[in-house]
Amino acid sequence: MKNKKSSEEVALGVRRRVFEHSIINNGGYLSQACSSAEQLSWLYNEELNLGDSILPMTPKDFDGVPSINNKNYITGAGYNGPSKPELDRLIIAPAHYALVAYATLIEVGRMAPEALDMFNKDGSSVEIIGAEHSPGMEMHNGTLGIGLSTGAGLAMGRKIKGEKGEVCVFMSDGELQEGQIWEALQASVHHGIDNLWGIMDVNSQQVDGAMSDVMDVGDIEKKINSFGALAIEVDAHDINAMKEARKEKHEGCPLIILARSSPYQGMSYLKKRFPRLHYVRFNSEEERKEMNLKISNELEIEPIQY
Amino acid sequence: MIETVKKPYSYSFENFAKQDQNILCLSGDLTSSCEVDGFRDRYPNQFLSMGMAEQNMMSFAGGLGLAGFRPFVHTFAVFAYRRPYDQLLASIAYPRRKVRIMGFLPGITTPAGMTHQAIEDIAIMRTIPNMTVLETGDATEVENICNVADSIDGPVYCRILRGNVPRLFSTPMKIGEIRVLNKGTDLLVVTSGISTEEALRARTAIKNIGISIQHIHLHTIKPINKALLLSHIEKVKYGVITMENHLINGGTGSLIADIIAENGIAKKLVKLGLNDTFAHGGSKAYLLKYYQLDAYALVKSIEKLMNLKTGINEDNLDKVRIEDVHSLAKEEAL
Repeated sequence: MKNKKSSEEVALGVRRRVFEHSIINNGGYLSQACSSAEQLSWLYNEELNLGDSILPMTPKDFDGVPSINNKNYITGAGYNGPSKPELDRLIIAPAHYALVAYATLIEVGRMAPEALDMFNKDGSSVEIIGAEHSPGMEMHNGTLGIGLSTGAGLAMGRKIKGEKGEVCVFMSDGELQEGQIWEALQASVHHGIDNLWGIMDVNSQQVDGAMSDVMDVGDIEKKINSFGALAIEVDAHDINAMKEARKEKHEGCPLIILARSSPYQGMSYLKKRFPRLHYVRFNSEEERKEMNLKISNELEIEPIQY
Repeated sequence: MIETVKKPYSYSFENFAKQDQNILCLSGDLTSSCEVDGFRDRYPNQFLSMGMAEQNMMSFAGGLGLAGFRPFVHTFAVFAYRRPYDQLLASIAYPRRKVRIMGFLPGITTPAGMTHQAIEDIAIMRTIPNMTVLETGDATEVENICNVADSIDGPVYCRILRGNVPRLFSTPMKIGEIRVLNKGTDLLVVTSGISTEEALRARTAIKNIGISIQHIHLHTIKPINKALLLSHIEKVKYGVITMENHLINGGTGSLIADIIAENGIAKKLVKLGLNDTFAHGGSKAYLLKYYQLDAYALVKSIEKLMNLKTGINEDNLDKVRIEDVHSLAKEEAL
């Protein structure tokens, strides 16, 4: 399943799908596609050692929450392959990146394109904020800041069992405002959890606007390194740079790749919407038309019919 | 004189956990305070020190659960839910991880005041879907709790007693069971945790004046057997008194109130517990008396409910079992 396309091609496909979806549905998590497309594409297309998907190409409808009476309950992790000792696990910590993650699953052939039509529809498992049962998800991470701790616990457990597969946590920089992230780094370093690594989409944006205005997190490379983990900052749109960073040895501590990204990479028109980029909804029909023309041109596709 | 057992959790947890490598002992910087320091020293490979960072500890335990382990999380009851409530729900309760949360010093069993007193934990825990809630009331139950909690296919919250713990029961704890401590037809008294020992102090005095009490002890707070509880409520003439080491809202008193209302039973209910108030720091005996959670408060409630005077005064009750504040069975004064 790997490498039918280059990761750059996958990333372009992800931007196109998220763009098309957002134009048709009158808004969406566009800037997250701009900032993280290369990261998620690289993870799924090249970096992670995942087995083939074990779930249907078209996701099943929502089939109940976990309970003692729900015997058929499964998570969406099967889209990332089976959970086997030698395989890697991926945790998508900022669950509002779900649309981008779903688009990536489609681009790498793990899910059917029609799955995006089920996005945010009543009764669908393809939820707007990735739930445990949503494709590619293994747990709820909609409450930001808890993903790295869960990843650390999972990695610790796998380390005790002597499993070869590693745990990767895809994160976002806004989460750094939550204290739990620092607790997780502290515990990971204390327990020498080095089968854990993270890649953080450092797009410097959050719901209220630019992080520097809302709650500045400062020099995060320095802060993470001071906690005893290994942080390496790279250009989020340079896949080779991410590959190189991933090769760095991080014995006895987790590696955190800080992928410094642009929230309008590939969709320059979005600059006009700065600093409100978290969820792009069109201000007017004129804006929608203009955005459709300008961005489709940049993505080298025909304007979207809606 | 009631027999007391020194640190029953300490040896019970060790004997239980050492047999299974999939059990991990986690501690939030309260290892000796939760009586697992011996286990830490003898089985270091099964012990994970999580420091003072409960939010991470809960999500981390969820991750260990995902990896196939059954973490026993040790901390004071109050620290297991107040700060890390979000993590408790998202990382443990929702995905039904087999995490066993061992909450020490429940209610007013700690002299450390509001910040340390878990007085609303049962109200919170029993409303969380997928959560099982257990409470120990004597040394036998503390000895059984690991086994019982670990038999649950899902997350479990346990209120644990530590230090010198009275032995009240001779039969092992079974999930969902209701212990019948006395049979009678006038009133039903429902107790749990330390309130059971307290209620038993009044047993002889009440019996002597001819009031017939049905006394039951609940160690399984959730799930409850509503039909069985209903049969106890229906059996008595005047009404029900509940006594709990907890706020009267949301705990076992509320649980009984639900059953009474759901079945349209025309009987009175008196709920003894912290009455919409925080508590302050002090000895257990002092706090039980101050907040009217002691044997004498039970007698006064019987009088109110049956509209009579028993003539019983505090001297007629069995003696309070005083625990030495500086007892060697406790690591610190807390």
